[in-house]
Amino acid sequence: MISSGVRRINFERIIERVLFACTAVSILVTIGIILVLVVETVRFFGEVSPFDFLFGTVWTPLFLNKEFGVLPLVGGTILVSVVAMSVALPAGLLTAVYLSEYAPPFVRRVVKPVLEILAGVPTVVYGYFALLFVTPLLQGMIPGLAGFNALSPGLVMGIMILPMVSSLSEDALHSVPRGLREAAFALGATKAETTIRVVVPAAFSGISAASILAIARSIGETMIVTIAAGQQARLTVNPLVPIETMTAYIVQVSLGDTPAGTIEYRTIFAVGMLLFVGTFGLNLVSNWLRERLREEYT
Amino acid sequence: MNRFLSVRTIIDWLVAVSGVLVTVASLGVLAVLLVDVAQDGLGRLSWQFLSSFPSRRAESAGIFAALIGSLYVIVLTALIAIPLGVGTAIYLQEYGRRSRWSRLIEINIANLAGVPSIIYGLLGLALFVRAMGFGRSVLAGAATLSLLVLPVVILSTREALRAVPSSLREGSYALGATKWQTIWNQVLPVALPGMLTGIILALSRAVGETAPLIMIGALTYVPFAPDGVLSPFTVLPIQIFNWVSRPQAEFVRNSAAGIIVLMTVLLAMNGIAVWIRDRAQARSRM
Repeated sequence: MISSGVRRINFERIIERVLFACTAVSILVTIGIILVLVVETVRFFGEVSPFDFLFGTVWTPLFLNKEFGVLPLVGGTILVSVVAMSVALPAGLLTAVYLSEYAPPFVRRVVKPVLEILAGVPTVVYGYFALLFVTPLLQGMIPGLAGFNALSPGLVMGIMILPMVSSLSEDALHSVPRGLREAAFALGATKAETTIRVVVPAAFSGISAASILAIARSIGETMIVTIAAGQQARLTVNPLVPIETMTAYIVQVSLGDTPAGTIEYRTIFAVGMLLFVGTFGLNLVSNWLRERLREEYT
Repeated sequence: MNRFLSVRTIIDWLVAVSGVLVTVASLGVLAVLLVDVAQDGLGRLSWQFLSSFPSRRAESAGIFAALIGSLYVIVLTALIAIPLGVGTAIYLQEYGRRSRWSRLIEINIANLAGVPSIIYGLLGLALFVRAMGFGRSVLAGAATLSLLVLPVVILSTREALRAVPSSLREGSYALGATKWQTIWNQVLPVALPGMLTGIILALSRAVGETAPLIMIGALTYVPFAPDGVLSPFTVLPIQIFNWVSRPQAEFVRNSAAGIIVLMTVLLAMNGIAVWIRDRAQARSRM
């Protein structure tokens, strides 16, 4: 009897250790990502000065005359992201407001799962849609639009990110206490006035958290821009010409036959490092904002 | 006063209408996307397309190698990611004391969920393909995707565990059960439907992933099905990507047909996940 009790306690301890080991994997993944990126980036900076990399305006590592200024890739990434956010933010927020404040329950029950499907469509499918449907459609309206451009993948990316913005913003709107709305109604405000001047400001930190997360998502998105934006690193604010994003460059190199250890191979880790630092920073800010929202209303 | 009131009412009405319009428009885009792909690819869909290997001639090319490759990768991803993810979630939810340490792990997991998938591809390339010597194999691909979906599995499993009422645990302890007996016999069975829903959704994300697998070197032209975990491979999204980037219209039709197959698989997985969730909800209401 006693021995079986001891065995049981030992078993409990072993289980706890095994479960803890699983937890440790997620920490190891983070360390692994940082280590891999740092090691290759440091080697890269052994050959190219960080200053030239960060502030150079010509990016031609795959050409004979190699230049390693990353700004054209950063510029391309920001350009597509701006186009995407100009679709996703207003449309996502309006959808969230409608679903949270106006829609009858049965509309929410139908619309929410469909929006989830929109978010679950693989990015390669959106790439197909951007290149073969949206670009030809836009070319009919905008003369001089190149076959590969920043506009079409940007718009499609905005549609892809919209469900994320609307669902997270809706959560934020939901967490605003009913009492605030009722007080506004009692003062004679209409539904729109209540929503715009009371509910949205009250949920502001949650909505900003959603927006920042969406920006991070658009910066890291890969396949849409790889397929539809062209692969020409170019520093421009014109969305009608081919550009290249950081993510698309990484894919471009891995599709070719670049041997490990060469400078071309190392560029993808240096670019990856920049991408990681950018998205990680945005995620941290977004988490912090969400924590603030939680503290405000619990 | 009356006029002022009517302007306010009109604004109120405008906000409601624009909300409806935007919502309908975003659903309309989904419809247009599906119809466009169906128009391009439905005519190409046939048994021959499903059962043929890729070919230089578009009419005789098919997705057999990609389908089997996707199947291999997903099964292996599930085998790696589910035990790790569920184990982590149980630890954090049932054992993790409200310590600094477990708080740190939670923030870390939330941040990992936001890391772009292509970064996981870089990790997989350096770690699995090169350092651990898996090469450009099914195993390297599945290991990479496992790390990618791990945060999603952990977060959704925790959600399911959190929904189990604590009275159930207390009742079990009161009867003399140990902690693990309580978790295994009481908590997990109740949480299972919620866990399954989250896991299926996470795996359906892995099915559609393209970029990280390009990074670890899944090939774009594979005229054979993988025959083991160390075999080279391709997956359905990569086959679609390969065909999209060709200039010939016949290959573009192939990619549309591939998308139809991919979307069917994903919708089926989503449908199963939702069905499990609804069934469990209906039962818990009884």
